[in-house]
Amino acid sequence: MVKYALEAIKQGSAAVGITSKNHVVLVALKRNAEELGSYQKKIIKIDNHMGIALAGLAPDARVLSNFLRQQAMSSKMVFNRPLNVAKAVYSIADKAQDNTQSAGGRPYGVGLLVAGVDENGAHLYEFQPSGSVLEYVGAAIGARSQAARTFLERKYEEFADATKEQLIEYALTALRDTLSQDKELNSLNTTVAVVGKDEQFTIYDDDDVQQWLDRLDSLSNARNRDEPQQEQQSQEQAEQPAEQPAEPTEQSDRMDTDE
Amino acid sequence: MNHDPFHWGKPLDSVYGPYNTQIAQASNQRPENVRTNADFPSMHTQQPMITGTSVIAVRYKDGVVMAADNMGAYGSLMKLDDVERIIRVGSETIVGISGDISDLQYLERILDDLAVEDSYDMEQDNLKASYVHEYLTRVLYNRRSKMDPLWNACIVAGFDEEGEPFMKYVDLLGVAYASPSLATGFGAHLAIPLLRKKADTMKDVEKLTKEDAVNLVKDCMKILFYRDARSLDKYTLCVVDKTTKNIEFHKDVRCEDMKWDFAKHITGYGLPQL
Repeated sequence: MVKYALEAIKQGSAAVGITSKNHVVLVALKRNAEELGSYQKKIIKIDNHMGIALAGLAPDARVLSNFLRQQAMSSKMVFNRPLNVAKAVYSIADKAQDNTQSAGGRPYGVGLLVAGVDENGAHLYEFQPSGSVLEYVGAAIGARSQAARTFLERKYEEFADATKEQLIEYALTALRDTLSQDKELNSLNTTVAVVGKDEQFTIYDDDDVQQWLDRLDSLSNARNRDEPQQEQQSQEQAEQPAEQPAEPTEQSDRMDTDE
Repeated sequence: MNHDPFHWGKPLDSVYGPYNTQIAQASNQRPENVRTNADFPSMHTQQPMITGTSVIAVRYKDGVVMAADNMGAYGSLMKLDDVERIIRVGSETIVGISGDISDLQYLERILDDLAVEDSYDMEQDNLKASYVHEYLTRVLYNRRSKMDPLWNACIVAGFDEEGEPFMKYVDLLGVAYASPSLATGFGAHLAIPLLRKKADTMKDVEKLTKEDAVNLVKDCMKILFYRDARSLDKYTLCVVDKTTKNIEFHKDVRCEDMKWDFAKHITGYGLPQL
């Protein structure tokens, strides 16, 4: 049932995406099943102009990303044309919708943020297993993503004219809001990807992501749910562990569940 | 050497089994007594039937001028005099096609399908001339690889992804190239030298105005009508223009100011001897 598939997305770790006029940024929180294990890949490159961030069942995301890669290569081969982002995301939406009404199968258990640039500019789409596709200025999926959405809703008017660097800062700040109190973003669990009009899709992982985390640390460490007038005060406490206001959502009980 | 294959000897029956002499009767129609295609060699197009002659095209500073006459020739017979050999694909592309007319009609159909398909999923026209050219190259190369080519040479013109003028050639082998002046068929011999006098490099193209380019192409069409025995003095002329973002179609253009006085001095070629 689609309800359970949508639930599987919420069990996966969070991913956030933001667009400006010329850039799209994806950031995601990676999880490792155990201390000694590797971190689950959260962002997948599709082509030079497109990539996805996932929340939910990683194997399902692999199936979808392989399909998208094939579509992208075929578009390059046959038309010498970079795959249109809307066309790409609707092609997987059609596959997902088929699964919701055929016997014997199951819906995909993964939500995707599809980021890409095409002839119409920069785009960010959210894909759901139900086959629903919506375009966003900023979007967040996965565990505790409501916290990130709250931040995005407060800041979205500034996204359109933001630089690439500012966009990454916004996205990481939103992602940080999804963390539980005892966790923080570090170079192991954070992944960042950027694509722009004149910039190929690039993923920053491990050591490469540190440069973006460093920018974040220079900003206010306060949780951005605070009212604007309180920001001054919270900046002073920047170096102290940030206070986590009680999460009123029903998601808080499963914030650390694994997929 | 005896050039008759039947006198070349044949593989030993004791080694290779009896020789299938029917191979010599290969045709594109399957005989009735044959059950499967494997029993009998099939034959693909080995020559075009009704043909269209040259397509010529030249770049000028704001776009492309292209022309192709309206004749469909069956050998040297003028079978058709109303063939439209420059076709529109979407709103930003034209394709001039020479060679086999039935294959032209097939290409016309698949390019129309392509335009329809494209406007379906994007809900707007996104088909650029460069995409159409790449697609045609794939189709033509694929067919030649099946040893069943579409017997055509095409020139694709229009606007590319950046809205800049685009013009490129592709033929039945899948060979593709671009140049400031292009021509297929007989035009490649007769028109190219004339076109290159005015548009040899992109530097020349920058200086060439629309009016000059149109006159140049009209001149070439006249000379082709003079010297290409499978051509017609009625043709279609198209102008791709960047400044107006428009593709003009001029149908039924005629060759003008021709002088045929010399014709009465021609002897031979089936004409009565003096």
